[in-house]
Amino acid sequence: MIEKTVAELSVALASGDISSVELTQAYLNRIAELNTELNAFITVCDESALDQARAADAARANGEAGALLGIPMAHKDIFCTQGISTTCGSRMLQNFVSPYDATVVKRFKAAGAVTLGKTNMDEFAMGSSNENSFFGPVRNPWDTNRVPGGSSGGSAAAVAAGLCAMATGTDTGGSIRQPAAFCGITGFKPSYGRVSRWGMIAFASSLDQAGTLCQSAEDAALMMNVMAGLDSKDSTSIDRDVEDYTATLDDSLDGLKIGIPRQHFAQGLNAEVEQAIRDALREYEKLGATIKEIDLPNNHLSVSAYYVVAPAEASANLSRYDGVRYGYRCENPLDLEDMYKRSRSEGFGDEVKRRIMVGTYALSAGYYDAYYRKAQKIRRLIKNDFNAAFEEVDIIVGPTSPHTAFKLGAKSDPVAMYLEDIYTIAANLAGLPAISIPGGMVNGLPIGLHLVGNDFAEAKVLNIAHQFQQQTGWHRRKPSAFTQEG
Amino acid sequence: MAFDKSEVEKIAHLARLQLSDSEADEVTVRIGDILRLIDQMQSVNTDAVEPLAHPLDVVQRLREDEITEKDQREELQTLAPNCRDGLYLVPKVLE
Amino acid sequence: MEWETVIGLEVHVQLSTKSKLFSGSATKFGADPNTQANIYDLAMPGTLPVLNRDALRMAVRFGVAIGAEIGKRSVFDRKNYFYPDLPKGYQVSQLDYPIVGKGSLTVTLDDGSEKVIGITRAHMEEDAGKSLHEDYEGMTAIDLNRAGTPLLEIVSEPDIRSAREAVAYLKKLHSIIRYLDISDAIMAQGSMRCDANISIRPKGETELSTRTEIKNINSFRFVEKAINYEVRRQREVLEDGGRIVQETRLYDADKDETRSMRSKEVANDYRYFPEPDLLPIVIDEAYIAAIRAKLPELPDAKKLRFRDEYGLGEYDAGVLVSSRELAEYFETVARGSGDAKLAANWVTGELQALLNKHNWEVNDSPIQADRLATLVARIKDETISGKIAKTVFESMLDDSSEVDAIIESKGLKQVTDSAAIEKIVDEVIAGNPNQVQQYKEGKHQVIGFLVGQAMKLSQGKANPGQVNALLKEKLK
Repeated sequence: MIEKTVAELSVALASGDISSVELTQAYLNRIAELNTELNAFITVCDESALDQARAADAARANGEAGALLGIPMAHKDIFCTQGISTTCGSRMLQNFVSPYDATVVKRFKAAGAVTLGKTNMDEFAMGSSNENSFFGPVRNPWDTNRVPGGSSGGSAAAVAAGLCAMATGTDTGGSIRQPAAFCGITGFKPSYGRVSRWGMIAFASSLDQAGTLCQSAEDAALMMNVMAGLDSKDSTSIDRDVEDYTATLDDSLDGLKIGIPRQHFAQGLNAEVEQAIRDALREYEKLGATIKEIDLPNNHLSVSAYYVVAPAEASANLSRYDGVRYGYRCENPLDLEDMYKRSRSEGFGDEVKRRIMVGTYALSAGYYDAYYRKAQKIRRLIKNDFNAAFEEVDIIVGPTSPHTAFKLGAKSDPVAMYLEDIYTIAANLAGLPAISIPGGMVNGLPIGLHLVGNDFAEAKVLNIAHQFQQQTGWHRRKPSAFTQEG
Repeated sequence: MAFDKSEVEKIAHLARLQLSDSEADEVTVRIGDILRLIDQMQSVNTDAVEPLAHPLDVVQRLREDEITEKDQREELQTLAPNCRDGLYLVPKVLE
Repeated sequence: MEWETVIGLEVHVQLSTKSKLFSGSATKFGADPNTQANIYDLAMPGTLPVLNRDALRMAVRFGVAIGAEIGKRSVFDRKNYFYPDLPKGYQVSQLDYPIVGKGSLTVTLDDGSEKVIGITRAHMEEDAGKSLHEDYEGMTAIDLNRAGTPLLEIVSEPDIRSAREAVAYLKKLHSIIRYLDISDAIMAQGSMRCDANISIRPKGETELSTRTEIKNINSFRFVEKAINYEVRRQREVLEDGGRIVQETRLYDADKDETRSMRSKEVANDYRYFPEPDLLPIVIDEAYIAAIRAKLPELPDAKKLRFRDEYGLGEYDAGVLVSSRELAEYFETVARGSGDAKLAANWVTGELQALLNKHNWEVNDSPIQADRLATLVARIKDETISGKIAKTVFESMLDDSSEVDAIIESKGLKQVTDSAAIEKIVDEVIAGNPNQVQQYKEGKHQVIGFLVGQAMKLSQGKANPGQVNALLKEKLK
């Protein structure tokens, strides 16, 4: 049962083949059995999950329906969950029990989804390997010596290993898509502003966007139907009609124009990954698409610009963790300064501190123009590149990551780690919808096919991803060690 | 741009972070590397480019001037490290 | 050497919205600590700001009132610094694109002349909470009720040349803000606060010299004293061959001095950048026009009207329009009594004296405008004399009955019965032969003494005009 997609589980629940309580218990059992090894969950909510499952079953008995009613899910531990510990992967918030629900959490609750727990992540979503969690690294279900990617590594590993049917994530520079690629699942980042950020702990406000980690584009569409929409509490959430994202999944791709950026098939891309991507592109041609090379001439600057904008915003966003109103406070502070400095130095991990300092530097007097303002200008150029590209093509396709999942501890150099996101970051800078779908296997490890759509073209992106998944079985592949017995 | 340990100490203070001497050395190297990555931006002339602060080209929404929040002091202060008489307590600022 | 003082003022005004600038928490003054601080105000993780419609409207209302350019596209920025009463570790403010641009204010100086003071800008920002440094087990206590209250920071040009001018500017600003009903602007409660940038330079010099900033001065009187002290201090430093250090100083009202805020803090580096949780505020001409159409009559216009419509003098008109409440009070008295000049005398005279004595605002006055109007009407219709009216006024303070009833019950009604007056006049003539003689010899000023005697005899109730006329008649 746990290998079924959300869409399939939804049918099973509706037909009465299984109850939400049974399904929830099945996932809880798997979590109990496997989480020690994977470390995908920081918090598991056994009791409340079963309560919610019972409520979902009761609601269904009362005639209520809904695609996600009774579906067990996980939330990245960056989403505030009322009454449930919300750590953001940090010692700073180790004991923080949120007094309120994030809008995303509220919407899933309202749809009757069951919260199994909170998933592990890089601290404050800063990382591409999930090694930066205060709660320890997450392991990749395909090879537990490897990382699951980050920062939504817990959500990705949980979905891949069948510890939940679906999970939320957040994506600031690739944090949904890269772990989805490494774990062989589908990870979707909507356009900036499409999903509310209220209650989603901020890393970089102008880049952060909530999204989905699940087994298929169809599941992503089902999740998006619940998540997307205007939220009066988030000034950056957009007032724009929400489509039924499942309605156009089956649209034909005949005549689709796919752009492949020359810059994404250049130096640095693993040859086997490249081959897998090119094979995947041939599937699209079979579906009636035409492939065209395009230029994203400033793409190579996206990592540089990102590592100014994101740390700058983060440096301010993380100033609230000062040990005054909530969160970690050091023992026996000597005075106010000592309290600030020790609380923050002991409460934050190295990567978070590093980025706070980079951001502080980029904004400081005398450097603002050279760094922050310059990065904003580069951001404009990157956005312009996309605008120009979408004059010619409907979708931009390439690899999600230059290679498959790497081994734990393999990238100790921050800059090497930053370059992991070379293909994904530009979509965040430009605010575009993007998805990573399983696109093939290299040496027993999944690789991600990355699709970037135009502003608010989530339905189109999901349609194009779904058609690939109708044609191929990559998204059905499971890590053998974590496949359900019998 | 020159980046040395004194800069690290300055920004660590601005960000209220404490670094031991050896940490400061390590951070200086790491951040130096990061800044070299960032400095690739300088290879492009952007004089005529308008900065993009935000991916959304829309304007601020307004909320009505209404009191929508109730007093949650008791609940919220259970999260606080140190409170008394409804006030948050912090160590004094030493001159 | 002759020195010239150069002053620029930064005034923070709390906008009188019901809820905060970016959250739905109440802004009521004096609530129990932290009972008006919600999850956004406390900077709980994941919380986000949404701008208060009325705060924006009030800011624009101010801008339109001072004839300023309005920022059609204004932007919020984060100003980063750590302080325990600043929950987010940054204050949301406006740096490069404020909501209100250049404008000006005309103030009346002590010598009656007028001066235009430039206003550089005014921008919206959040207030911080309060740090209570009294002893809480050796710790500082933080109340965040005020955190997030909308402020309008109004920055003047360095056009002010003396402490008196600074006070005149502040009072005018205060008056306009009260007229606009955008803030209580009560300095004692902190809903209006003033920082002063002060420097001095040799007279004739046009370059600005090094300035100091005096923070948090909380009354008009202290503004004057603080500036005077600081100017004196700077002059002494410079005349002793020293130099002024650019720094922030605090005014200590008890000691009447300013002193440097010594702090280990290295030079502030606020690292401003555009607040990514908020989008640009875009307003159009129609929005501004609608606000302009709803502006109340402002003090300068009202003053002109008081002069034209009521024939008041420059000074009286100026005093009466200084606050909207006083002006309204006056107009009620003027219209109710039918004698604007007399009404002005009473409002600027007896009433003001009463208010000053008790340190009351107009609205605190135990004598409401309609009652004073009746009193003035009774002077005008000669029911009582002006002098008796003062007695009635006193009685009205703790007697809330009708003005006419007070006059009646105390027997204060003016005697206008000519027979009764004649009797008194005859008595006075008979009782003061010397003065009568002097008058008859041409020393006509002695009539005053005789009228006084008659008034005394009548216990003030005789109509002095009638007494005067009858005396002259009888002594012809």
